[in-house]
Amino acid sequence: MTKMTYREAVRSGLREALRRDPRVFLMGEDVGRYGGTYACSKGFLDEFGPERIRDTPLSESTFVGAGIGAALGGMRPIVEVMTVNFSLLALDQILNNAATLRHMSGGQFNVPLVVRMATGAGRQVAAQHSHSLEGWYAHIPGITVLTPATVTDARGMLLTAVQEPDPVFIFEHAYLYSMEGEWEDNQPAVDISRAAVRRPGKDVSLITFGGSLWKALAAATDLAQAGIDAEVLDLRVLRPLDIGTILTSVRKTHRAVVIDEAWRTGSFAAEISAQIMEGAFFDLDAPVARVCSEEVPIPYPKHLEDAALPQPDKIVKAVHRLLK
Amino acid sequence: MTTSLTGNHGRDLLRQMLRIRRFEERAAELYQLGKIHGFLHLYIGEEAVAAGSIPLFTNEDAIVATYREHGHALVRGTSMDHLMAELYGKAAGCARGRGGSMHFFDASHRFYGGLAIVAGGLPVAVGLALADKMQGRTRVTGCYFGDGAVAEGEFHESLNLAALWKLPVLFLCENNFYAMGTALARHQSQPDIAAKANAYAMGSDTVDGMDVLAVETATSRALDLVRNGHGPYLLEYRTYRFRAHSMYDAELYRTKEEVNDWKRRDPTATFEQHLRHAQLLCDDDLQAIEALITSEIEVAVAFAEAAPWEPVQDLNKDVSTRQRDA
Ligand SMILES: Cc1ncc(C[n+]2csc(CCOP(=O)(O)OP(=O)(O)O)c2C)c(N)n1
Ligand SMILES: [Mg+2]
Repeated sequence: MTKMTYREAVRSGLREALRRDPRVFLMGEDVGRYGGTYACSKGFLDEFGPERIRDTPLSESTFVGAGIGAALGGMRPIVEVMTVNFSLLALDQILNNAATLRHMSGGQFNVPLVVRMATGAGRQVAAQHSHSLEGWYAHIPGITVLTPATVTDARGMLLTAVQEPDPVFIFEHAYLYSMEGEWEDNQPAVDISRAAVRRPGKDVSLITFGGSLWKALAAATDLAQAGIDAEVLDLRVLRPLDIGTILTSVRKTHRAVVIDEAWRTGSFAAEISAQIMEGAFFDLDAPVARVCSEEVPIPYPKHLEDAALPQPDKIVKAVHRLLK
Repeated sequence: MTTSLTGNHGRDLLRQMLRIRRFEERAAELYQLGKIHGFLHLYIGEEAVAAGSIPLFTNEDAIVATYREHGHALVRGTSMDHLMAELYGKAAGCARGRGGSMHFFDASHRFYGGLAIVAGGLPVAVGLALADKMQGRTRVTGCYFGDGAVAEGEFHESLNLAALWKLPVLFLCENNFYAMGTALARHQSQPDIAAKANAYAMGSDTVDGMDVLAVETATSRALDLVRNGHGPYLLEYRTYRFRAHSMYDAELYRTKEEVNDWKRRDPTATFEQHLRHAQLLCDDDLQAIEALITSEIEVAVAFAEAAPWEPVQDLNKDVSTRQRDA
């Protein structure tokens, strides 16, 4: 068991992927000389050289599209988009090409591409750098959407993703990069298909993913002091969704709170809520509740940013309302 | 026009142009008959570009094209049967009928679409070429697009990246002077498209796209440069679409006179005349060519008519390789 930060875990996963397979290469803005916007590829340029660690111009649409082309051409590209906010410039390539080509070509072409990007708020970088749009991506058939919340997943999901035949999108919560976690050596390959129960409990299911996992766990600790035993589910994979694990949990606890850092309207939390209704309506003792971001562009000052985002105390309150 | 043209080669170029022309004329009829639906963008008038350029690519090279790609796929070698079946939406189509007219795909000919987002193919072509370069292959990726694509950011991003990384991409711009109803001069501050390559330190050339031999000569020269490691190159073919943008449009944006002026330069008719003057084509030759094409089309239509539909239970097939979404 060793301690490492989420950033080190991503870096270690990237390095391992690059070492294992000569077809893997990393491309994106400032992944080389700069060492990665979040320092996830520091030192790689020296270790792997400029052919495999490619600094790109600021051309999100084209370097994501080039990743698609390179994947079609037999490579295993890992494309880093600085943050989800900038990925919107590449959305056409992602949706209309990466996600569509296999089906539209009648199964002739598949796109083994991994795209990583930072997501989320909490660092006082204001409205154009704080979006949580992974739920939008989860809307798209044909791609896999991952939200690693632990160091094990940050490293291991990447290693599994580069072996996938189809596009995989990995959303790394920017707030987590400096978080330390425990790392077990010689772990088995990390799956990218199942949700995980991070804390078993019997009174209520807290269903979440990404950066909000730690807020949900903090809330569960608080709730325990009040004698409420919360189960915390980490979805890990937004698409394809492991609804089975969600329904199993809800059938046990009979109550669910979904925590999602995206805006409430049209959020992924809404999707989870709908699927619980479809699959476990008669097991519920209370309506499904949601704790999401306020419907505002995320503001800069700390007190306002905090107020805009899901927080442990908001989750605790939501649980108390359900149990009333 | 060059003089070293052999009869066989000349007749073959004419044959390819006429294959495209007749295939599309038939497709237009089938559209009226309700056999083909959705969008159908005809290439009629522009055949010299595909017929003159596509055969210069090797089997190992890759082609990325647009929604106006019937001619490119035909000349590339996908069987007319599979293309016609695709127009019908039948399971025997070159994309299992899922794409229709705008989305021809053929892995066996390295034909990557059939992409209908204007300029969306350019980044993909850059990536295909990157894969070749990284794997030490000397293949070229040919990327076709219209003048309309030049207004998109991806055109500029892709030319820049391809030039920056010296990638083996040949950018082939089919300038038919209109993006739907918007004339080139109404969408470009600098209507000289080839000149735009200068901004990316890339070589370029302007080509008479109504002259199949000019297309062949210029494309061959450019392709040599790209294949020999000189980096990407931009060709601008000046050509003209004789028909509506898709099956129907009122053509309010251009005059009959303008269309007729261009029709006088019809690439099939002018080349036919050229071959006749050079004594490389006689009536019998032309009849034989036309007869072969007619029967190829009849066989293709019969094939498409008889072909089965993809079963509805296969609707979700190939959304992803592992089918976890199902
Ligand atoms: C990004 C995008 N915007 C708009 C359209 C709608 N559209 C389809 S074709 C077309 C005109 C494109 O003109 P050009 O690139 O010159 O090709 P041409 O049709 O003349 O062959 C437009 C606007 C589209 N398909 N994609
Ligand atoms: Mg045009």
